[in-house]
Amino acid sequence: MASLEGSQAAGPALNDAGGGAASATDGVLRPVPYRGGGFRPVPVRFVGLFVFVALIALWEAGSRSGVISNLVLPAPSEAFEAFRYLVESGQLWRHLSASLQRLVIGWTLGMSLGVAVGLMIGLFSLARAGVLPLVSALFPIPKIALLPLFVIWFGIGEGSKVATILFGSFFPTVIATYGGVDNVDRTLVRMGQSFGLSWWSIVRKIILPGAMPAILSGCRISASIAIILLVAAEMIGAEYGVGAYILMAGSLFATDQLLAGVAILSVLGLVVSWLIGKAEAWLLGWRG
Amino acid sequence: MDLLLRGITHRYGATEVLSDIDLAVGEGEIVCIIGPSGCGKSTLLRFIGGLERPDEGEVLLSGPVPAGSLNPLTYVFQDFALLPWRSVEANVSLVLEDHAMSGREREEIIADVLARTGLSEFRKALPRQLSGGMKQRVAIARALSVRPAVMLMDEPLSALDSQTRELLMDDLVDLWQRERFTACYVTHNLAEAVRLGHRIVVLSRRPGRIRRIVEIDRDLGDRGPGDSELDAVQRELWQLLRDEARAADREIADGVA
Repeated sequence: MASLEGSQAAGPALNDAGGGAASATDGVLRPVPYRGGGFRPVPVRFVGLFVFVALIALWEAGSRSGVISNLVLPAPSEAFEAFRYLVESGQLWRHLSASLQRLVIGWTLGMSLGVAVGLMIGLFSLARAGVLPLVSALFPIPKIALLPLFVIWFGIGEGSKVATILFGSFFPTVIATYGGVDNVDRTLVRMGQSFGLSWWSIVRKIILPGAMPAILSGCRISASIAIILLVAAEMIGAEYGVGAYILMAGSLFATDQLLAGVAILSVLGLVVSWLIGKAEAWLLGWRG
Repeated sequence: MDLLLRGITHRYGATEVLSDIDLAVGEGEIVCIIGPSGCGKSTLLRFIGGLERPDEGEVLLSGPVPAGSLNPLTYVFQDFALLPWRSVEANVSLVLEDHAMSGREREEIIADVLARTGLSEFRKALPRQLSGGMKQRVAIARALSVRPAVMLMDEPLSALDSQTRELLMDDLVDLWQRERFTACYVTHNLAEAVRLGHRIVVLSRRPGRIRRIVEIDRDLGDRGPGDSELDAVQRELWQLLRDEARAADREIADGVA
């Protein structure tokens, strides 16, 4: 109790001292200015949707009033009309299923091989010395430039398209995976060794989960690359597929159809990124 | 099972870090190893557990491995080394999964060690949800689960605040009184050393040599904070270490960890 009183007594004394210091300038007590704000993004709801809707509405209004020429850019409603026709005629599913099949097969194979090779590079010095220079040399090649070669190797059909996507998603995955393996906390590996865990257990239970964040962010990159390559590959000799549809629309100057096709791609990209987000939430829930 | 170190000498490049260490650790004994930073005490512990090999000398085990010991030489690390993606029980389970045993047996061991370390109600928690002290308790539970013959503790309390450190020291004393485990306990904290060590090995500055071995006869249970006899030992140790610690502090690191 005594000490409490003491501190209360000290309170005003301190204030006096503060006042004394302030009075040296202008005699007014001022609050300390707050300088800690900013640099911390906070989620703001519905703004993204609002910007999107507003932009479409503005565009539609511009088209209807004639400010935006129909030749240059069709109205959103026209693009939507083209999309509805695509759905009603049953063509949408035909194009989409062809594209999805290529995407899923090519990307899954590319990812699996990429993770496997990335793990080898991360785990074995010999693989690192032998394969990493090769990966570094082949990674920057735009895979679409190799498409003619792939056509010769794998045929004009599905093979060449899947191969393009496979190679495109393979390299970023390799690099993400071995980087992830390199970044796994060595003390965890040492812990595993000190408890006599088998090599395979250490890889499966410590290294692979430890590299998972990097692998999944590699996943995001390779998925976008896969979609880009999908369209590019379909633009060269495909009967069905979203890329073929866009190419056809482009060569007929059917810009409304072209826009519908582009919108489909955009939605495809959003869905893929949402799925990867789900996978991240599931696999990396421990990060909190 | 006893532990015997013979003529351990080690160099990193041109720098000699340990020089001619001879030491014996008897069963049921806690040997604390102290010394200024960079004297190679953690390196020595890695030799003892077989995580690294010394240039010269050997680490020997004498006597049979106790029956049922799954991992005779078991570490407790300074930074806990818990897998962040595994819950408390799964972290303990990790070190049992490679041993042949039924799921029931494993469950029983896990429940037992968690009960012994007071973690039963945290079974499902993830490491990030736990305080530092709790994390180290999980690491100790994990170490106990493999029934070690010798615990190799590498500054186990150094990453904790001083209050938690006191609590965990009490826990370790309780544990030792119940189980009489053998331990090599590396620390730079003299209070921990006089509290937990039956013998305290004082290493010199790099290259680490054994300068002195101080024996404390008092039962661990009788030791507590503010004990004048222990304080005297601690002062004596500090006298031994002070100049070395100062010199070590002023050294420029040359890529030697």
